[in-house]
Amino acid sequence: MQHYSGFGLVKHGLSHHENWQRMWRNPAPKSEYDIIVVGGGGHGLATAYYLAKVHGITNIAVIEKGWLGGGNTARNTTIVRSNYLWDEAAWLYEHAMKLWEGLSQDLNYNVMFSQRGVMNLGHTLQDMRDIHRRVNANRLNGIDGEVLDVSQIQAIVPHMDCSANRRYPVLGASWQPRAGVARHDAVAWGFARGADSLGVDLLQQTEVTGFRISGGKVLGVETNRGFIGGKTIGVVTAGNSGVLAKMAGFKLPVESHPLQALVSEPLKPILDTVVMSNHVHGYVSQSDKGDLVIGAGIDGYTGYGQRGSYPTIEHTLQAIIELFPIFSRVRMNRQWGGIVDTTADACPIISATPVGGLFFNCGWGTGGFKATPGSGHVFAATLAAGKAHPLAAPFTIDRFVSGKLIDEHGAAGVAH
Amino acid sequence: MLHIYCPHCDEHREEEEFRPKGEAHIARPTEPEKTSDEDWGNYLFFRKNPRGLHHEQWFHAAGCRKFFNVTRDTVTYEILETYKVGQQPAVTAESRKRQASDQGAAK
Ligand SMILES: Cc1cc2nc3c(=O)[nH]c(=O)nc-3n(C[C@H](O)[C@H](O)[C@H](O)COP(=O)(O)OP(=O)(O)OC[C@H]3O[C@@H](n4cnc5c(N)ncnc54)[C@H](O)[C@@H]3O)c2cc1C
Ligand SMILES: [Zn+2]
Repeated sequence: MQHYSGFGLVKHGLSHHENWQRMWRNPAPKSEYDIIVVGGGGHGLATAYYLAKVHGITNIAVIEKGWLGGGNTARNTTIVRSNYLWDEAAWLYEHAMKLWEGLSQDLNYNVMFSQRGVMNLGHTLQDMRDIHRRVNANRLNGIDGEVLDVSQIQAIVPHMDCSANRRYPVLGASWQPRAGVARHDAVAWGFARGADSLGVDLLQQTEVTGFRISGGKVLGVETNRGFIGGKTIGVVTAGNSGVLAKMAGFKLPVESHPLQALVSEPLKPILDTVVMSNHVHGYVSQSDKGDLVIGAGIDGYTGYGQRGSYPTIEHTLQAIIELFPIFSRVRMNRQWGGIVDTTADACPIISATPVGGLFFNCGWGTGGFKATPGSGHVFAATLAAGKAHPLAAPFTIDRFVSGKLIDEHGAAGVAH
Repeated sequence: MLHIYCPHCDEHREEEEFRPKGEAHIARPTEPEKTSDEDWGNYLFFRKNPRGLHHEQWFHAAGCRKFFNVTRDTVTYEILETYKVGQQPAVTAESRKRQASDQGAAK
């Protein structure tokens, strides 16, 4: 693997940047792998990377039906934070946060992780009580958090309308300074390049169409390029996880919904943090290119079409204009949807399944980008050992039978 | 924007008048105290979530405020029929397969 550095940038400048090495190979599938990861989004690629790097298992394939990172990884609004209410969730997301903090160095790839802070606004007394409770819980877990009053908010985001006579007045906010955003494509590409250099085969344009199962144990996957053997398989297919589970003969407690986002035309710098509001339900940040990155809630119906309905877009923009009337004339450039795999408790599933050797990592729903390195790290450990990593252990499928849910709905400020 | 035919109002109305309410035809266990944890879990949380035809409930929130059922394709989002609660769908995955093979035979 070619090492990236400032010196290399200058050197390649001398040859007009025409001699950069390709970031990863495009290998033909082998007939058998030690471990197969299905789904080449950020989580799947991170899983393969940590399997190779931490556990020394390199005979691995990542099987992706489209192109690497083309699912929700490349469609999300890139908010990264770890201020979740419940211990199990807080530990998992904080584990990811710690990995984010060293990720660019670890991967030798700039994932543009920018700790510009995330603000979760409160608009009602109950919002503020929840915010105090969550910030206290975060601090007890060693996660940074503060409760801001209106004047502190205005000092950070002077362009937001915090006047008292708004329909939904801003009363305060939670503030996580270490939270922020990262560049989604770079995350997928950085993990892909790292995994490839350790020997992992990244098989793109390869769609899993079924599982070969015998005596309750998985033997491999059927694909459009033929059978590929593997006795340990990790499925990380986000919105399509239910489809894959059906192929393996069981159901998941997951529903797939469209989630939409928009970006505006590029603007001069105006917003240098992330603002989220659960109550008016919208969130906004500004990318390094200058466009406002905007998102909100899922479309209420289930769907796999990677697009949603116009009323949802309208509600999203209403929320943003409520907070920032100054943005009312900004033109939107692009709008799209991804398919998110929601669970009843808004927490992921990292779990063994009724089929031996077959594991699923899904249910991240509207908020899994922030967990990408942590999810890959604990799922790699789970696949390597054949049993759940301690941080992953609470996130079994069984909790939907035992009732031991980890209810992050509403508790975490906003669902993303 | 979906245009949805409400079988109670006998009219097509815009999606914004309605709320989707998830999978239809889920029967609540009749004897809760005798129902196993697994069956309760299934009843509460495990949905078909199909990629393709879905029979689902909708609520005419800003209209007659009645519930009804919809058969919708979850990839194209096309609505194939709407029918009242208590009725069975006419369009199903099987009926579609049959239709496709009939057409194939006609050629
Ligand atoms: C609009 C939007 C905004 C979001 N905003 C945020 C946010 O601000 N912060 C946050 O933390 N999270 C956010 N999320 C959620 C986040 O994007 C996801 O939770 C996360 O990216 C999931 O990563 P993944 O790698 O599991 O899934 P994906 O990136 O979707 O990867 C799954 C891959 O599996 C592949 N696949 C599917 N079926 C098959 C098959 N049969 N065979 C082979 N491959 C298959 C797909 O092609 C896909 O590439 C947002 C999501 C959306 C849609
Ligand atoms: Zn009606």
